[in-house]
Amino acid sequence: MPLTDDEVRDLQAKARELRCLMIDVTTWAGGAHIGGALSSADLLTALYYKYLNVRPDEPDWPQRDRFVLSKGHAGVGLASVLADRGYFPGELLHEFNHFKSPFGMHLDGGKVPGVDASTGSLGHGLSQALGMAWGARYQKESWLTYCLLGDGECNEGSVWEAAMAASHHRATNLITLVDRNRLMIDGPTEEVMSLEPLADKWRAFGFQVVEIDGHDFVQIAAAVEGARSRARRPDAVAPTVIIAHTVKGKGVDFMEGNVKWHYGSLDSELAARARASIVRVA
Amino acid sequence: MAGRSTAAAVTGTTWNVYDANTLTQAEIYGRVLTELGEKDARIVALTADLAKSTKIGVFGERFPERLVNVGIAEQNLFGMAAGMAKSGLLPFVSTMSVFASMRALEQVRTDICYQGLDVKIIATHGGISFGQAGTTHHCTEDIAIMRALAGMTVIVPADGYETANVVRACVERPGPVYIRLGRGFEPLHYADEDYGFRIGTAVEIASGADFTIVCCGVAVYHAAQAAAILAETDGVSVRVLNMHTLKPLDDAAVLAAARETGHILTVEEHTVVGGLGSAVADVLAQSGVVCTFAKIGLPDCYSEVGYPEDLYCHYGIDIDGIVDRIRVMLGIVAELDEDWEDEV
Repeated sequence: MPLTDDEVRDLQAKARELRCLMIDVTTWAGGAHIGGALSSADLLTALYYKYLNVRPDEPDWPQRDRFVLSKGHAGVGLASVLADRGYFPGELLHEFNHFKSPFGMHLDGGKVPGVDASTGSLGHGLSQALGMAWGARYQKESWLTYCLLGDGECNEGSVWEAAMAASHHRATNLITLVDRNRLMIDGPTEEVMSLEPLADKWRAFGFQVVEIDGHDFVQIAAAVEGARSRARRPDAVAPTVIIAHTVKGKGVDFMEGNVKWHYGSLDSELAARARASIVRVA
Repeated sequence: MAGRSTAAAVTGTTWNVYDANTLTQAEIYGRVLTELGEKDARIVALTADLAKSTKIGVFGERFPERLVNVGIAEQNLFGMAAGMAKSGLLPFVSTMSVFASMRALEQVRTDICYQGLDVKIIATHGGISFGQAGTTHHCTEDIAIMRALAGMTVIVPADGYETANVVRACVERPGPVYIRLGRGFEPLHYADEDYGFRIGTAVEIASGADFTIVCCGVAVYHAAQAAAILAETDGVSVRVLNMHTLKPLDDAAVLAAARETGHILTVEEHTVVGGLGSAVADVLAQSGVVCTFAKIGLPDCYSEVGYPEDLYCHYGIDIDGIVDRIRVMLGIVAELDEDWEDEV
């Protein structure tokens, strides 16, 4: 079902709130991968506030949907979302990156409730997500596995090993998303190592490809709902990948599309400017 | 199986699915895993186009829906195994040791060990057991690599019977386990499985008061034979410890041997960098117990090509190499056998 106007407005408001929290956590942390967290903020918001069947008060609930943040450097984004969803008290985020904190920039599933895989080294998430999806099917469980990849991450050969296997095993209960923000540490993806034609690459690996504006909740909802219904259809063969076209640093005017904000630090003045920019969008 | 009758298959000069059928250790592994699978539906198996060679295919014949062959893609192999473990399953992963320990090392480290997952790795063709395949297929560094991973249990069974014991025992052991096998042509040391195998506890396969050999894997057979020769011809009483578990090491057995025999020689099918010898040396150096100590293994090099028996001889990992080294350590000058002169 398409989102109602109210739902869209609520998700937009939640995403703004979460973006502000990500800015705060980056400030408390002394630095974090804020650019790629902001680009995926709307995807995370749609998943965690609309689609994922999870129980924050029971993070290991066996029937929960799984979410693997393969672009693990966006941990500042996921941690903010998990705190807001009630997996753990938000005050804990003040310790992000600090000595003996449960939160490092790349989240540890053994320490942070709600984190289904400890990621950070790129190219590891899709294989793990596929293993989870295979395990669900083998155990005749109906829960779904979602995996969010970075676009630069798609340089890793292991992503394509996993893609080949996902398609071979007809893992329609695995829903892959790519945060296509077109920037990596050293510059634009197409200059550092071209990914295009990215959709064709996924198609060639046997995926059903859906391309969307990753900041448009109506499009995100349509794509995710399409993938979810394919997961339930016995005749579906190809797993779904949603290539979400996004803007790195989305929502903060001085960060948007700026490669230098892949990772960054904010003082209180800059953080205030960032928050003002996020709120202004409303 | 017409291929079995070819000379290549019989002598093992060419590695193919037919001569792989004679992989003793792995065959036993495949059978034991199948038996465990009958009782435990959580057990699933993965391989990367080596179902036949590693014998995990034996499990797959019985449970086709429980064997995942990912093709030649070892990173995905171990990543998927991690995900399957996270979904509540108990994956056994089989591939050659060189790929398990190096091609997919980061997946083994980060996806499996760091997350403390119950994934059991059966790494075949360890050491120089596939010597004729060339150095790309040798694996003389894996024990050092796997020992360095926090949370990993590292086991090198002496033979097929011990492999059966290890496979059964690892199911009960939480966390990742790396089990290093040879190619299967290794001689059997044990006559059966009933000798009290326990992960982490060395097995004293020969008692002795004058000298101790600490060994693992195929070296166990050679060390046992060497000890018998030394007892008979030199009157030296040699203790032999089958140190099947490299991590956690049986420190107490090492220290007792050092105190009681005063001499320790380690023997392993691995380089002398970071393997069994290094593990034993670590224990000794920090203990304050004084003893003479030496290591037999490959030097810090890329191994020569050849049949394993020739390579074991070349690197002194065989019976003669061990006997000679112990005589040197004990200052024994071996006398010429006059009967031998008579035969010339």
